[in-house]
Amino acid sequence: MTGALRVRVWRGGEDGHFEAFDVPRHESQTVLDVVTYIQRTLDPTLAYRFACRVGMCGSCAMTVNGKPRWTCRTHVDRVAEGGEVEIAPLRNLPVVRDLVADMSEFFDKWARAKGQFAPTRTRADGFAVVKPDSRERREADAGIECIGCAVCYSACDVVTWNRDYLGPAALNRAWTLVNDSRDGAQAARLAAVSGDAGCHSCRTHMSCTEHCPKQISPTRSIAGLKRATLRLALSGKGDER
Amino acid sequence: MSVRHEVRLWVAQRVTAMVLAVCVTVHLVTIIMAVRGGLTAAEILGRTRGSVAFAVFYGVFLLAAAIHVGVGLRNVASEWLGWRGLGAELAVTAFAVLLMVLGLRGVWAVYA
Repeated sequence: MTGALRVRVWRGGEDGHFEAFDVPRHESQTVLDVVTYIQRTLDPTLAYRFACRVGMCGSCAMTVNGKPRWTCRTHVDRVAEGGEVEIAPLRNLPVVRDLVADMSEFFDKWARAKGQFAPTRTRADGFAVVKPDSRERREADAGIECIGCAVCYSACDVVTWNRDYLGPAALNRAWTLVNDSRDGAQAARLAAVSGDAGCHSCRTHMSCTEHCPKQISPTRSIAGLKRATLRLALSGKGDER
Repeated sequence: MSVRHEVRLWVAQRVTAMVLAVCVTVHLVTIIMAVRGGLTAAEILGRTRGSVAFAVFYGVFLLAAAIHVGVGLRNVASEWLGWRGLGAELAVTAFAVLLMVLGLRGVWAVYA
């Protein structure tokens, strides 16, 4: 494959601008390959983030032609429009510099949604038996492969409108733990996701589900949380603050 | 906020939406049927005066609408104005109560 790709890359912070580069085309070239070429060959001051290059670590997500994507697994062939690609940092997160978004609030919200496993056993206890075909195990399986790339968070309009909204990834994480029979912090977790910027704020637009590179449906997980909080409220135990 | 507060509002929004779906349909069909033979105040009052079924139907319609509007405005205030907390809750509650009072006055006016 020959020819050049016209790439417009975001430079600077929140009030930055796009800068154009011409990058040689290659077969099976990914958007991350393009960014790496620019940084190594054309402008070493370009800031971006990546680690594994194979879709496992969740560090390289960027906005490509207006849509949030994992750039290491996004082929240029699929996204180039008229031989051009526009690459910007993830939406809904502060820009550190160039293509690097500040992920602090994204992961802080995982903690606020009580996304930590709260063990109920000690090393003296035996292994917990979780049946692979139980409903809870299958619900947890459906959401457990999240790599924390923040593509869903970037795609979510509710996050744009309400910066306190916990967001699809944190709520999806909470849902996997709600289905973990070994966990001992369920009431506190359901209280944490039921604030005025929690699961009930979801508008079911499904942008998170549409864009998730791991084909997870955070929308489904959030619907599960809504049902679980309803059960908790009906049981009369829902007044934890 | 307690779990119960958000859940209650969420359920109220969903349940009133279901009620409204039925009420709006019945309301629109009634309008379309009623205007076929012309539309006069006397004809409307003839249909509504003393009709308990009419008063109950529109009473339910009105309560559902007022609650639905209140919860919806709370979301609008939160997402579009960034206005949340007790002040916003009181304001949308006051608006919902105002809608209820005005609406119930209207229902009573065409019933009594």
